[in-house]
Amino acid sequence: MSFSVSTRGDVCIVEVEGQLIVGNRQELKQKILDELEKGSRKVLVDFARTGYIDSSGLGVLVSLAKKIREMGGDLRLANLNDDLQTLFELTKLDTLFQISETRERALEGF
Amino acid sequence: MNSRVTPVENRQLDVSIPSDVQYIEGIVEQVVLRCAAHSYPRRHLALNVPVALTEALSNAILRGNHDDATRSVRVRADVDSSRLVLEVHDEGTGFDLDACTEDPTTPENLLREDGRGLFLMRRLMDHVERFSDGGNVVRLILRRA
Repeated sequence: MSFSVSTRGDVCIVEVEGQLIVGNRQELKQKILDELEKGSRKVLVDFARTGYIDSSGLGVLVSLAKKIREMGGDLRLANLNDDLQTLFELTKLDTLFQISETRERALEGF
Repeated sequence: MNSRVTPVENRQLDVSIPSDVQYIEGIVEQVVLRCAAHSYPRRHLALNVPVALTEALSNAILRGNHDDATRSVRVRADVDSSRLVLEVHDEGTGFDLDACTEDPTTPENLLREDGRGLFLMRRLMDHVERFSDGGNVVRLILRRA
């Protein structure tokens, strides 16, 4: 598993490759906190190459979303496959995040 | 993986691992492979089994064994064409499963960082139970659809 960070305009894009689970969630959190430290306020997490997410991975996303919103920014999600979409629906976190089908759609109007 | 594997039939898994979350993915992969060999639905392989087992393992490692790598977690999986039975044993004193009923999807809980693990196990498995057997055991059962 790995995380790659890129930028498109003023949006920081973080791609999650592999699983987002208890063993690596802090790595994702720290990468995004580092980007916030550098001034990013718009963060897009792209799950196109993600396997599964556990409750601690979901918890980190919730924690980061709260922090970024407090800073006046936003955390958005893109490219959830059907299983990940179901996971967000089961936990009702689909109501908390703006979720887009593609990265390009997520970037529109960000 | 530096774990002790007990020789068993291919459909079964009996592994003891140190209490370290870095072992979780390897165990999940082994169980998913056994389910795939029995043609479990894709959704089971990609969502139900990996997420529920990851929750059970992380609970055992972080809560049952308090992240103490000198303590072990034993994982037993028995897979056949009708159902998957998972047992995750830790060295803790256990918890009252019936008392853990908080709903993480309510508006007051939705913004909490924690509290979704047991909820997901219950939603993704057909049966979840806990019992003591010289330690704490969580048993998860998933029927092959």
